[in-house]
Amino acid sequence: MIRVDDLSVSYGAVKALRNVSLEASPGLITAVLGANGAGKTTLLRTISGLVNPVGGDIHLGDTSLLRMPTEEICRLGLAHVPEGRGVIEELTVEDNLRLGALASKVDIAEGLEAQYAQFPALGDRRKKYCATLSGGERQMLAMARALIAQPRVLLLDEPSLGLAPQVTSDLMKLILRLCESKNLTVILVEQNAKGALRIAHNAVVLHLGAVVASGDAQTVAADEDLRRYYLGLVE
Amino acid sequence: MSSFLTSSFMHNIFGGLAQGVIFSLVALSLVIIWQSTHVLNFAQGAMAMFATYVGLTEIGRGVGYWWCVLLSVVVGMALGGATERVLIRPLYGKPEINPIVVMVGFLAVLEAVATSIWTSTARTIAAPFSQIYFQSHGKLVLLSPFIIFQIVLAIGIMLLVAALFRFTKLGLQLRASALAPEVARLLGVRVNRMLTIGWMLSAGVGAIAAVILASGSFGLFPTDMDGVFVAGFIAAAVGGLESPIGAIAGGLLIGLAEQFILAYWSPNVAPLGGIIILVVALMIRPQGIFTKSVGRRV
Ligand SMILES: Nc1ncnc2c1ncn2[C@@H]1O[C@H](COP(=O)(O)OP(=O)(O)OP(=O)(O)O)[C@@H](O)[C@H]1O
Ligand SMILES: [Mg+2]
Repeated sequence: MIRVDDLSVSYGAVKALRNVSLEASPGLITAVLGANGAGKTTLLRTISGLVNPVGGDIHLGDTSLLRMPTEEICRLGLAHVPEGRGVIEELTVEDNLRLGALASKVDIAEGLEAQYAQFPALGDRRKKYCATLSGGERQMLAMARALIAQPRVLLLDEPSLGLAPQVTSDLMKLILRLCESKNLTVILVEQNAKGALRIAHNAVVLHLGAVVASGDAQTVAADEDLRRYYLGLVE
Repeated sequence: MSSFLTSSFMHNIFGGLAQGVIFSLVALSLVIIWQSTHVLNFAQGAMAMFATYVGLTEIGRGVGYWWCVLLSVVVGMALGGATERVLIRPLYGKPEINPIVVMVGFLAVLEAVATSIWTSTARTIAAPFSQIYFQSHGKLVLLSPFIIFQIVLAIGIMLLVAALFRFTKLGLQLRASALAPEVARLLGVRVNRMLTIGWMLSAGVGAIAAVILASGSFGLFPTDMDGVFVAGFIAAAVGGLESPIGAIAGGLLIGLAEQFILAYWSPNVAPLGGIIILVVALMIRPQGIFTKSVGRRV
């Protein structure tokens, strides 16, 4: 379980997060929604230790993640698929995947096999350099590279960005299936509120760095004001 | 065939390669550091010299040649790792000129300390290979068992480094740390440790270059690596700084250029070889040899 308490982050004079609190539990998808610049990416980067907060705390289970280096947070079983996917273009598909498995206790050969079974398109391209992959293939690779380490927590930053509607919808179904079958704690950051709310159990809405609403996904999805002013779901 | 081997052309090829592999080793060591930490290590040659001097001090105590080589490399790696930790790490994220200034200062310190401990006269370790040139039908072939050893050792080290980067888990983590440090961290790679290891590897490779010099007939003196560093630096720059293969090729090219200038012009202007290669490279790539390959994110 991930618990964020009263978290504040500043980039110099810019306050990117203001007293944000939220909880994400195993087996559930917690969607974090909001417009451009709402602070969604900053929230995930702070959880992963890439950004230091000015106040508040973050816990994974009973362990505080504050001031812990990013690589050690990962080794606790937290996988973060960053905005833009973070595929290393100069490496092959297989080397990207192997890299994902190195820090864990997972047997690399078995891990690769499991991911190729899950994403056959990656198996077909295992020797290809990632610069040649399409957007959808990169997203698959980023997911597989996160999953190969068998994490407990999965942070996803706008996985649907740039994907065709059909691919997005398949991806969302996959995320839900993984979350439930592996009892993953998923924090799903999306601008695509409609797609995210369809699979999420809980939702948090950010606006200018502050939480303006949170609760179960259905309630958030049904709130006319939220839909109109923060989620862009009403024309 | 035999007259071909003894021709003056082949003399120059052999001589150029023997010199070139030393430049290639230094160029490769510079590229390893540049790729991982974006530091141009001006003290690379001096660090190699220092490590080899420490290795040489053991010779008086009856240690064999190979132990000296091993000791020099181990001392070089330790020095490289310590340098990264102590001198370079505090400078990450600061202007790129800072580490350059620090390492130029470190170069001066290392050479001064070496001179005061070991004096400025050249020191040698005798390699267990003859320096006497082969002959073919009564004519000299400009190759000796030692020169063959020097070329084979240098190429062996380069292949070893290439294999480490290409085929091992450590190499994969080193590459990822250099290409995309933030992504590597998110995947649990201990990037700081990789940077230290990169410096250790680089300094170990550099030490081999100094060991080869010390094993040759002229020996090694404290400022001996300065000229080698300049040639290695030009080789790395011509090769693009990002490319180990380019650096190695650049080193060989400069070695050959110097040798042919020495033979057909004058030994005094042999160091011009590097400059000529640099000018030609700049003419081919006028946008500058330091331009990064496109699509690279830091
Ligand atoms: N490295 C940075 N330095 C300075 N300001 C930053 C930095 N990163 C983000 N910001 C600012 O912090 C605020 C939140 O940015 P963030 O990237 O977290 O938003 P976001 O919700 O992920 O937006 P998007 O949907 O466009 O990805 C923005 O005002 C942004 O300009
Ligand atoms: Mg974002």
